[in-house]
Amino acid sequence: MKKVFALVLAVVMVMALAVPAFADDTITIGVFEPLSGDNGAGGKQETLGIQYANTVAPTVEVNGTTYNVELEIVDNESSTDKAVSAATQLVAAGSSVVLGTYGSAVAIAGSDTFGEAGIPVIGVTCTNPQVTEGNDHYFRICFLDPFQGTVQANFAHDELGATKAYCLGQLGNDYDQGLINYYTQAAEALGMEVVTESFPEGNSDFTSYLTNAKNAGAEVIFAPTSISYAQLIVEQAAAQGIDVPITAPDTWDSNVVMAAVQGTDLQVYCTTFYAEGGDPEFEEGFKAYLNGDSNALANNGGNDMIAAVSVMGYDAYFTALEAIKAAGSADPADIMAALPATTYTGVSGAIAFDDIGDAIRDSAFIKQANTETGVWDFVAAQTVAE
Amino acid sequence: MEKTLRKDPAKKIGSAIAICLIAALYILLFLLDNVLPANGFTLMLIPVLKKGAIYSLICVSMNLLNGFTGLFSLGQAGFLLVGAYAYAIFAIPADQHPAVYQYFDGGAIGFSIPEALGKLLGENAGAFLGSIICIIIAGLVAAGFAALIGIPVLRLKSDYLAIATLGFAEIIRAIFQWNSLGPVTNGSNMLRKYTSLSAIKIGSVKLATVFPFLIAMVCIGLIVLLINSSYGRAFKAIRDDEIAAEAMGISLFKHKMLSFVISSFFAGVGGALLAMYQTTIQASAFKSAMTYEILLIVVIGGIGSISGSCIASFLYIACNEWWLRFLDSGSFFGISVPFFRDGFRKVVFSVLIMVIVLFFSRGIMGDKELSFAGLVRKLSGKKAAQAAEGGDGK
Amino acid sequence: MSAFVQANLPYLLAGISVGGQYALIAIGYTMVYGILRLINFAHGDVFMVAGLVMVYASASMPMYLSIPLVLIATVALGFTIERVAYKPLRSAPRMSVMISAIGVSYLLQNCALYFTGGLAQMYPTIPWLSNSVTIGGATTKMVTIVTPILTVALVFALVLFIQKTKIGMAMRAVSRDFETSQLMGIKINSVISMTFVIGCFLAAVGSLLYFTNYPSVIPTSGAMPGLKAFVAAVFGGIGSIPGAVIGAFLIGICENIIKGLGSNWTIFSDAFTFVLLIIVLLVKPTGIFGEKATDKV
Repeated sequence: MKKVFALVLAVVMVMALAVPAFADDTITIGVFEPLSGDNGAGGKQETLGIQYANTVAPTVEVNGTTYNVELEIVDNESSTDKAVSAATQLVAAGSSVVLGTYGSAVAIAGSDTFGEAGIPVIGVTCTNPQVTEGNDHYFRICFLDPFQGTVQANFAHDELGATKAYCLGQLGNDYDQGLINYYTQAAEALGMEVVTESFPEGNSDFTSYLTNAKNAGAEVIFAPTSISYAQLIVEQAAAQGIDVPITAPDTWDSNVVMAAVQGTDLQVYCTTFYAEGGDPEFEEGFKAYLNGDSNALANNGGNDMIAAVSVMGYDAYFTALEAIKAAGSADPADIMAALPATTYTGVSGAIAFDDIGDAIRDSAFIKQANTETGVWDFVAAQTVAE
Repeated sequence: MEKTLRKDPAKKIGSAIAICLIAALYILLFLLDNVLPANGFTLMLIPVLKKGAIYSLICVSMNLLNGFTGLFSLGQAGFLLVGAYAYAIFAIPADQHPAVYQYFDGGAIGFSIPEALGKLLGENAGAFLGSIICIIIAGLVAAGFAALIGIPVLRLKSDYLAIATLGFAEIIRAIFQWNSLGPVTNGSNMLRKYTSLSAIKIGSVKLATVFPFLIAMVCIGLIVLLINSSYGRAFKAIRDDEIAAEAMGISLFKHKMLSFVISSFFAGVGGALLAMYQTTIQASAFKSAMTYEILLIVVIGGIGSISGSCIASFLYIACNEWWLRFLDSGSFFGISVPFFRDGFRKVVFSVLIMVIVLFFSRGIMGDKELSFAGLVRKLSGKKAAQAAEGGDGK
Repeated sequence: MSAFVQANLPYLLAGISVGGQYALIAIGYTMVYGILRLINFAHGDVFMVAGLVMVYASASMPMYLSIPLVLIATVALGFTIERVAYKPLRSAPRMSVMISAIGVSYLLQNCALYFTGGLAQMYPTIPWLSNSVTIGGATTKMVTIVTPILTVALVFALVLFIQKTKIGMAMRAVSRDFETSQLMGIKINSVISMTFVIGCFLAAVGSLLYFTNYPSVIPTSGAMPGLKAFVAAVFGGIGSIPGAVIGAFLIGICENIIKGLGSNWTIFSDAFTFVLLIIVLLVKPTGIFGEKATDKV
């Protein structure tokens, strides 16, 4: 039995060593995304956007030669301690450029590995300022937390007329805590009062927190949590008859959250990168892609509603192609040099990078969950005057 | 006299082989860092080796507690967290503080030991010495926590000790994430940009992979020395029979405490190494799942075998983060297999672990040690003659 | 006064409701521990699997079929786990069995991860149980009120079962002295299987109530409730069923009161449970209802 075990191990080892040889006419784009763990749901939707983009444009023409674009998808398990080996896997696969990841903490944890290998990374929806700060290889196409926090606070103050806000985030999650921090700064500058609470990881009972919000007299609840907690918060807020608006950042822009909101009396708003209906052609194609592949449909949460992160994944892929074309080669160093000047007008709007490598974006879309039809209704495009 | 003569050659050859192998290993590591071309294979080999070495230390530290003293503790993730944080907090250069502690006005510490020493001794030497000091601080802080926790917890037995230490690890995590301690621990946000031994270069020579191996080996060596000392024998006596050990005059509490504190010290060092390897740390990664992972490695290697823990660490890390990744890829040698999708690797992995737990409950090594002298004897056919002496690796 | 009640009633209601659900899980822990001296780490994950089975079952069949199916599937799972993972290790050291339990827990979580793809699954609404009701100005779900009543009724039935039936008597005998009862001709394996069957049945009922209240199932959903239920079992005195129930209610209520105390305390609501555990173990190791001095300390 032990010999069998040893034999199996040996076979596995040999297979691992037999790294598939890449043909010369192939460019590899690495996809560094969480497919399991806390951010698995969001990571899968983002990956879907990239995969769809790959079916739309499976080749790229560089200097007159047509190259096949191959995606190398590696799961970073939403975990900072798996990030290094996952990132190395992408480096080892010979990626020319890497897309990802959902969740800033893992992005930062994997960043140095890509930096050392000299491979440029295009962040899709990692919104923490620290991702691109102080390095040359990390770029991103989405807006940042300080921006989003301010947008949220302005919206609560101007549109909802709130004077007191209640913030609820997960303890130990830098995304939640970071946004709450910027939200608080902006809200207090507007003269609002802010109460902040954190819940421990794995918590599923939010009734007490919602009661706290009610007892504190909050006029708006800001809950920058991940999708699985969002579902629970919505459900319990509905059961408790919470009548103040709940606002949330880009994470909540998901059909999973929508399914929970549908049929309730809640007012749920979220800021996001993309409002549905912005590009009918893309939407039609993407929906056909989802419906044509049962696996993809399951990864999207079981229906064909388009998540903003998928759109961002789609745009990131084409931004990468633009950069490859501009660089004129598949060499990571050339692409890195070409990226700062790369511009692309995608489904989510125009993309260009500033000095730090962040996207120049000055507006976010605010959507409200329609509790009857079960879709996100466009409310406003909010901008921030610096 | 005759006996020692008879025993010597095998032992001598054994030690010679061991020394040669270790030397070869370090030469390989050195070559990996500097000379060998970066292809798919060597690129993956480096992080797997690094993490494997670090996990070896962590698993051996847990084995000291679970395998050699018979204390079933599940608090390892908590001590790793303490060690990793203690290291990172004291090793972030001052000019990085505003960026790292972005929500806490640059934090409360405002200095870094490697940097301070760097001003005195020159950058490289300062970074090296400072990192070593920080690693020792990491171990000491973890040991301090263990001493505090040990006073109430070590009075409990078996499963109760397990669940209480598990609880303490959770409490430690909650404390480190607490916003009120943010100026020191950065609350829920990650610590990064700290000085790391991997970054040290002598001229143009890189030693990124050599350092974790060196430190892990020194620490494991110290643990082996401890286990072979009279304290180690007392630990084993407690493991085998507490009542008998007490009757023999071994102070139960003192020795349990000693084992707990020393194990936590090395877990803290392991945490510091892990922090260096990951380049960023965040308290939320140190969940009880991490403790279970470490425990399973110890079990796979064999409870009570140090070499077993080391072998199992490398195998586990390599399988989990490298070899078995193809199970998630959706295809097998180009043939599309529908059930090979995300997460399948973990299912296969957990089934494998259950098989080991149920059918090979002694693990790879049982409670034996890898012994080259024993191997030599086996190969030279003297096994029968030496059978009476048993394995002498310990 | 009424304003005070209105402001604080929701905490109490939430506490009682979650306490009842912990109680149903805690019984499984306390019975298994009473007989096998094993912390069944996989019990919380069995609870999670029951939730997932419900999600998938209700998608393809009506509620009156899927609820019994959940109960049967969970019981079968518990029975299988015992036969496959614990029975072969009956003569092995206690640590091996516990490691096997951790292994099963790891396996169940990873299987759940594989089948759900890591996405949070929306728990179906069970008619009537999910309706909102208003008590004393606080709005909550019907399940909040049903839980304590159902819990007490089930516990009453269980106590009767253990006191009055032959297999119940055998269970008591086995938990008192494993070896002697074997010598007395008790079929130890069927008693142990029965214990797992009862424990898993109650966990399945608990999962129906719990996930109706908190309708999202993820692979790690069972871990925290499982640990807390275990603490409740220790708190009440391991092996004692009424003790486990009272312990669970106390923990549920305390936890929610802590959450209501304000922002600096809420993050310690989980830590509190463990502090409580350690204090109980040190001060009164037999728990509040423990029967006799055992070898815990």
